[in-house]
Amino acid sequence: MLQVQGLQVSFTVYTQGLRQRRLTVITDLDVTVRAGEVVAIVGASGSGKSLLAHAILGILPHNAELGGSISFQGKPLTQARKEALRGRAIALIPQTVAALDPLMPVGEQVRLAALRGGVPAAGAREVVAASFARYGLAPEAARLHPFQVSGGMARRVLVSTAVVGQARLLIADEPTPGLHPEVVTETLGHLRELADGGKAVLMITHDIEAALRVADTVAVFYAGTTVEQAPARDFAGGGEALRHPYTRALWRALPSQGFVPLPGAQPAPDALPPGCLFADRCPLVTAACRVARPPARELRGGTVRCIHA
Amino acid sequence: MSTLTETPAPMRAGPAPRPWQLNRRQRTLLTIGLCLLALSAVLAGAWLIGDDGLATNLAARNQPPSLAHPFGTDWLGRDMLTRTLHGLSLSLGVGLLAAVVSAVIGAALGLLAATLGGAADAVITWVIDVFFSLPHLVLLIMIAFTVGGGTIGVIVAVALTHWTGLARIIRAEVLQLKSAHYVQLSARLGRGPLWVARHHMLPHLLPQFIVGLILLFPHAILHEAALSFIGIGLSPHLPAIGIILAEAMRYLATGSWWLALFPGLALLLAVTAFDVLGEQVRDVIEPKQSQG
Amino acid sequence: MPEWMSFAGRKLLRLITLLVAVAIFSYTLISLSPIDPVDAYIGADMLLISPEQRAQIAARWGLDQPPLARFIAWARELAGGNFGTSLIFNRPVLEIIGERFIASLGLMATAWLVSGLLGYALGILAGARPGSLLDRAVRLYAYILASSPSFWVALLLLMAFSVGLRWTPICCASPPGLLPEEVTLAHRLHHLILPAITLSIVGVANMALHTRQKLIEVLESDYALFARAQGATTRDLVRHHGLRNVALPAITLQGASLSELFGGAVLVEQVFTYPGLGEATVQAALRSDVPLLLGIVFFSAIFVFAGNTLADLAYRLVDPRIRIGAATP
Repeated sequence: MLQVQGLQVSFTVYTQGLRQRRLTVITDLDVTVRAGEVVAIVGASGSGKSLLAHAILGILPHNAELGGSISFQGKPLTQARKEALRGRAIALIPQTVAALDPLMPVGEQVRLAALRGGVPAAGAREVVAASFARYGLAPEAARLHPFQVSGGMARRVLVSTAVVGQARLLIADEPTPGLHPEVVTETLGHLRELADGGKAVLMITHDIEAALRVADTVAVFYAGTTVEQAPARDFAGGGEALRHPYTRALWRALPSQGFVPLPGAQPAPDALPPGCLFADRCPLVTAACRVARPPARELRGGTVRCIHA
Repeated sequence: MSTLTETPAPMRAGPAPRPWQLNRRQRTLLTIGLCLLALSAVLAGAWLIGDDGLATNLAARNQPPSLAHPFGTDWLGRDMLTRTLHGLSLSLGVGLLAAVVSAVIGAALGLLAATLGGAADAVITWVIDVFFSLPHLVLLIMIAFTVGGGTIGVIVAVALTHWTGLARIIRAEVLQLKSAHYVQLSARLGRGPLWVARHHMLPHLLPQFIVGLILLFPHAILHEAALSFIGIGLSPHLPAIGIILAEAMRYLATGSWWLALFPGLALLLAVTAFDVLGEQVRDVIEPKQSQG
Repeated sequence: MPEWMSFAGRKLLRLITLLVAVAIFSYTLISLSPIDPVDAYIGADMLLISPEQRAQIAARWGLDQPPLARFIAWARELAGGNFGTSLIFNRPVLEIIGERFIASLGLMATAWLVSGLLGYALGILAGARPGSLLDRAVRLYAYILASSPSFWVALLLLMAFSVGLRWTPICCASPPGLLPEEVTLAHRLHHLILPAITLSIVGVANMALHTRQKLIEVLESDYALFARAQGATTRDLVRHHGLRNVALPAITLQGASLSELFGGAVLVEQVFTYPGLGEATVQAALRSDVPLLLGIVFFSAIFVFAGNTLADLAYRLVDPRIRIGAATP
């Protein structure tokens, strides 16, 4: 359904004195999502992975530049095609209620999403009511404003906006932060249910545990690249089946897996090393790692960017 | 699958960059240079053109613009170009003086309010509140009136009423700096308050002050002109732009349109030059990222 | 206590403290000034008045009392609604202000509405497509108008439409020489139109630039981004999210614009010799009518306060976060 290869997102910024600089936030991102599948992109908070969603939907800011290739249903996704497809074939489930208009009742916003998604105006109210019923929202909830809805309700409203328009690909941006465990379970259940219904779901998250609960495939995002794409079942035991040392470190840092912390921090986008981006923190590092960025290669049913894997 | 390297959404309406096109930094610096040039041209022009055109010449009364008199002549045959340049220099001078005094008052009160706190802060904030609760022009008229009008009246009125915005900015900036980590750290490391002020405060406050000062100029000049126009400002013997326009108003019915058009236009251009100057300098000091 | 009552209470308290502040402020200003109130009162009759008479006037006004006592006596008069007698008109100050304000009201109200609505519309059109030809035109217009002295704009319009084209009268609020009862509504409108247009086009600049800026901010907000992700076009975004979200700051700005409007009226009325409150302000200052000037200072403070309060009220009606948030504790 969706194939992203070598995606690059950079920004032109100005520093004091109006000197121009290019800042590359995503350097090399690959991910593939098929119908009926949940794929999770997992990376640290604030590492720029939400930009992937914006790049697919064509809503990056004006000072951004895009490289690499994105294709959807086998055809390249150009800006014109993004504009034609967004809301109709590709829908976003945003992170928080901040994505809703603070002055408009939520029901009205779901109805607008339906209209934008191509639902005829005559039937829009019924579609909204059906979607509210499906996600257990009372009809009165439609009249509430975003500031009045609780965290759990907000998630259901946001999912509603994405599914009223019959989209084939759903992109969920950080669907679980700061929620009660029951709400997390419920939200993840919704995503799984949508994939089982034949949709493709791309979930962008920093929460690897949540990702593993529903995802079929996990792509690990580090310093602007996807270092590994692995089937979710490989995250087991001591992480022996995993391909990249960063993925293994992430896995072992989980509370359930021994809580082993990984020292150091990701390199900043304006100070990337010339070789492997993980070299400075890697236990396996050799001189060869620092020469060039390792390309992505197929390995045991996944992909990896590491010469030692 | 084809590779695509394209910019999302139209970058910014306008032609594609060409080799001769300047980048934003060069463009901004060029604009700053042009504004400074235009403003110094007014002052230099007044000096170069001399006082000859100010003499009464009844043979050349009420002439519309011509090559000899590009701005026309008035009812006494005086050259309006000469009058405009002299009037504008006078207005700029008075406006600048008042703006500088005002900026100094603003910076001083802002600093006092932020550093002394307590009662001093309360009083200064209260005064700022009172100033904002009256129409600016009423305040100007009231102060100019109580000082007794004239050149001093205008300068005092303009100086006393334009400091509030800058005082607010400086106060907020100092309060923010005071709570900043590195400032608190310096204090704990035994640095004296003067050292902290010199090394941590000044580098942040000075740019704010300069931008605030430049952006004060247009307001100060316009308000000086307004006060002179209604007759509470400079005396008729000092023909500032406001006076020239007030005189033009009396000769309006005779159809001498050039008397009001050109001096006002000159004032407008000077004010715009200061406005643009301030905005561009601010842009250099704290660029907005979203501008392409 | 109901919410609206505490709102009204807060506002009333604010108004009282404001008026006290203005009283202290203007009293200090007048007492610091070199103008002698008795001389100012006597004016041209100076030579006809003996020193004894001067002392009598001073005593009647309590000028021989210490400053604080004088201030309290004066403030007590003000609180009782006695703003004194205008020296120019020789009638109670409040009467003059009321009369002049009614004359200015049509002018200011027209300009306030037209500049607000037009500025909002232009700001929306410009902000919806930043960088477009229309946006550049609106910005150029607004920047030029913001840097133009309003009295000069008035002069230009007067030259073009009254002197050149002779479409509009050259001065005043009604044809000179007519008795008040002979003046018709058509006369009044004919005299009102050019000053009102002047004040309006000068006032548009601020609102247009502000609305443009706010719309650009709204169009870059998270919810606009999400709407775009749903497939919304710019037109859809502006219509459903832009208009209402920009309306809130616009209401506040429009309320605060009464301060600028008053200043604009002073200058424009001066050019058109329009006998309103602005013209009275200039007369009071030029002819040293201290009681009238002080009265106008107080009135203008209340006027500005009223504008801000109206904006606050409208904001509370429009913003659901306050409207509903206040109703459900």
